[in-house]
Amino acid sequence: MNIELINLIKEDYDINNSRIQMFINLQLIRSVELLISDRYSDQIFRCPVHLSIGQEAIAVGVSLNLQLEDKVVSTHRSHAHYIAKGGDIFSMLSELIGSPLGCCKGRGGSMHIFDKSVGFMASVPIVGSSLPIATGVALAEKILNSKNIVVAYVGDAALETGAFYESLNLAALKKLPILVILEDNGYSTYSNKEVRWPETKNVRATIEGMGINYESGSGDDVEEIYTQVARITTDVRNNKPSLLHLNTFRRYEHCGPNLDDSMGYRKSEEIESYDARDPLEILKNKMVVSGVIPELLLERLAKHINDYSEEIFAKMLNQNQDFLAQFEMIK
Amino acid sequence: MQQTYINLLNLAFDETLKADSRVMLFGLGVGDVGAVFGSTANLQSKFGAERVFEIPLSENAVTGMALGLAMQSFRPVMMHQRADFSFTSAEQIINQIAKTSYTSGDFYKVPIVIRMIIGRGWGQGPTHAQSPHAIFSHVPGLRVVAPATPMDGYHLMKQSIASDNPVIFIEHRWLHQTIETFNQNEKVPNFTDAKIMKSGTDLTLISLSYGVIECIKIARVLSEFNLTAEVINLRSIQPWDKRTVLESVGKTQKAVLLDTGHLEFGLTGEVSSTIYSELFGVLSNPILRFGLPMEPTPSSAALAIDHYPTVEKMLGDIKSHFGFKYDLRKAVALFKEKFPYKSNHRDQPDVGVVGPF
Repeated sequence: MNIELINLIKEDYDINNSRIQMFINLQLIRSVELLISDRYSDQIFRCPVHLSIGQEAIAVGVSLNLQLEDKVVSTHRSHAHYIAKGGDIFSMLSELIGSPLGCCKGRGGSMHIFDKSVGFMASVPIVGSSLPIATGVALAEKILNSKNIVVAYVGDAALETGAFYESLNLAALKKLPILVILEDNGYSTYSNKEVRWPETKNVRATIEGMGINYESGSGDDVEEIYTQVARITTDVRNNKPSLLHLNTFRRYEHCGPNLDDSMGYRKSEEIESYDARDPLEILKNKMVVSGVIPELLLERLAKHINDYSEEIFAKMLNQNQDFLAQFEMIK
Repeated sequence: MQQTYINLLNLAFDETLKADSRVMLFGLGVGDVGAVFGSTANLQSKFGAERVFEIPLSENAVTGMALGLAMQSFRPVMMHQRADFSFTSAEQIINQIAKTSYTSGDFYKVPIVIRMIIGRGWGQGPTHAQSPHAIFSHVPGLRVVAPATPMDGYHLMKQSIASDNPVIFIEHRWLHQTIETFNQNEKVPNFTDAKIMKSGTDLTLISLSYGVIECIKIARVLSEFNLTAEVINLRSIQPWDKRTVLESVGKTQKAVLLDTGHLEFGLTGEVSSTIYSELFGVLSNPILRFGLPMEPTPSSAALAIDHYPTVEKMLGDIKSHFGFKYDLRKAVALFKEKFPYKSNHRDQPDVGVVGPF
């Protein structure tokens, strides 16, 4: 959770309500990602970005089950993971522009967000390679008897790497407190699974056959994810390594700030199916229907959050004025 | 007291495991009856299987695991009984371990040692006899060291484990049974300092690892002809001790480089380049370089004889290259007399390697 934002709005909203918490996180990630998308053409973010739009529910449902001391190892698509873990948006945006004020002093950029102060150990953009590191982070927690767990995010293409299987074997052998979150958006860049996986592939059998607890579910409904992860993390804290396989939808292009609907690698029916899958809309509908919060108030909350993101963005530009001017990266 | 290289390495592990509970040892063979040629003997029973353990044959994941442990303040030592197996973990070493400290804005320290043993002889062949120091020295963020003697091994291992940077520890299999007097009061050399094994004024022989021993043999033969060769044991390859090398070559004006790795794009080219840049007008002759040819190491003992630069061959090349007047036949005869081979098989260490140095 973003402590700064929570402090700003806690007087006006019931921040202990779990749906409101989920909404705050989803809206915050969405608004930051849309800002990056909007401002990308200004040429200030001079690094590749892999936006999380459409996949935010997973990061939020997972992270609301984590303590500050729990650890996360992420991938190239790290923004949602970082923000949901309580990451500092100013540091992240500064990192994206390559500034010394970034969480890695600008050396990492979007694909290498490291911030151990919130338990965000690393983002590793070489697909599959986050998992070996996560096993070491988890082994350390186990030796120290900390009861902290380690979440390792991977995408579906990680299942095509050797590192994935080597790491799961290690995790099962050493009974590590590790939860692998498999964000299955169906695509490795532009390639769907038909060209990557045999029809007969059985992920459950593969994972369970390696001695890892396997569960699957939807990656769209944040409440479902939250509940499922709550149950699994109890096992993981007792050193039962687990993998949660969630189907999700990457709404934007693989890498970059835009939609890529015109490229044709995703059929139009598939793209249209997203409207019913948008995690933010799903949660909003539930909240309004169940009467947790009146629609107008929810919209006001969304605006608060958007304003907060824009404030941070403006602060980032302001405090990095000299840096940006140095490279003529500001209009 | 005289100790073998293996015993002193075992002692170095024992002392660091005892001194720092964050030190961990793992790798193929670490916990088995062979104990990585005896170097990890008794350590598991003494310090527990949580800290000293055998691994599944997953070098890539285990190397990444070492990084995860280091990011959590542990000090892991990962080992490969043959350096060649480390290439399965090149991704973790080159993309992750070497870069984590830099990428994190210097937040993380990465105190990892990866010990790699180079095989030679008895049919080690193309994939069990490679010297990868140049490959890893090319990667910013990695330190590379290569001991040449038992005391080098002892000090360099302790210093590598104490280092907050990832260290690739390159160790030649033929050093294992060499012996040296263990002197606990010996002044510990700086981690990145080269060591002058023998002083001289007529030429400088520069090498690493087992090559240093061959250079000492060459120097001992040449001394019979009133030629004094200075022998430099580099010890640290990345970074390497330019000052010691340049001071020596500045004095002798002649440099011979011997690499345990291949000749092209390697250590001899790198060191030569610096010597040429800094001592261009000082050298009396071009630098003479020895190393392995650009072909994989053959398995056949017959083919391997020509693959490695032998002392006999180097004595001949040094004579003709620098125009020394010594009688080559006499020099070779002296070499054979001083360092008799244990058997007729040239693909195993001869009795001359046992030191003490």
